[in-house]
Amino acid sequence: MTQSLAVTVLGHDRPGIIADVTGVLAELGGNLEDSSMTLLRGHFAWTLVAEVSVEAAVVAERLAHLTAEGLVVSVLPVSGPEAPGVGGSAWLLSVHGADRPGIVSGLTGLVAAAGGNITDLTTRLGSGLYVLVAEVELPDDVDVDALSERIGVAAERLGVRATFVPADTDVL
Amino acid sequence: MAIVDGRIVMPALPEGRVLPVVTVPADVLSTPCVDVDPTDPAVVQLAADLLATQRVSPGCVGLAANQVGVGWRVFSLDVSAHPKSRVTHGEYVLVNARIESSSRHEKSREGCMSVPDFTGDLKRASRIAVRGLLPGTGEEVLVETDAFEARALQHELDHLDGFVFLDRVVGPHAVFARKTYL
Repeated sequence: MTQSLAVTVLGHDRPGIIADVTGVLAELGGNLEDSSMTLLRGHFAWTLVAEVSVEAAVVAERLAHLTAEGLVVSVLPVSGPEAPGVGGSAWLLSVHGADRPGIVSGLTGLVAAAGGNITDLTTRLGSGLYVLVAEVELPDDVDVDALSERIGVAAERLGVRATFVPADTDVL
Repeated sequence: MAIVDGRIVMPALPEGRVLPVVTVPADVLSTPCVDVDPTDPAVVQLAADLLATQRVSPGCVGLAANQVGVGWRVFSLDVSAHPKSRVTHGEYVLVNARIESSSRHEKSREGCMSVPDFTGDLKRASRIAVRGLLPGTGEEVLVETDAFEARALQHELDHLDGFVFLDRVVGPHAVFARKTYL
């Protein structure tokens, strides 16, 4: 009996963290599926889903040496089927401007209110400059022109520049 | 004759001044630049200033007027020393330039002096034709080019339309912390 586990590893970066975690999963016969890793303000941040045939507690125990060195590790079962998504069309929201509270909530709130779903998101803070890039799925019945206009108005109020364009997908 | 042996022959310009480069989120970088008279002495001086500023900025291959705080449709370019260049037209300044045609889009990573903290992946045309005027004489030139010069031209013309590369990145995983300063 296999199960899906969500493993997150966060903390002080060093070479070899990914090799350590995947080594443990391989030894336990687990299969690494989707994962996303980056450095957030220089901190290692990795979220992964793995298919394993052991209990979450066993995986957590085998990763305890990472916790001992100060990394925050969580191992949790992922239950239920994958979400179906909202379908429709894919859009790209790009935002940049002077950093201030409320940029992400102000703009993603409009997407959510329209029934849109964010499927991928990166935010970055430079020296005073905030950048947000998100992929958005919109149901077919959304009035995209009206949503675009609302995003433009909100961006102006927040003092940022926002562009909302169809996601460019070349199917070959 | 404005283009000789593939190089744009620039009219004589006054001595240029090195100007400070503004960075996002300055309003002037998000505002479309206006057309100007290429024979206006102030425009000719700006052309010289852009070239002077570009020459002393390490790794800089082009500079739009609004990057030095001036909202005029003028930019400088020189990609002749860049290893990704194929066709190059030397060092030049164009006034009121616009894209006539573009094709063969390719993805590549860009940085910008006005966005010092980040780089990004963008799709841009690798073949392009740009028509513009030379400062001083107002002579019209048609620049037909490819590869890196085509990309650099689109980067500068985007600036003049009020866009930076962050407005055109291909997705959430296409923005990167800038690791090296050229």
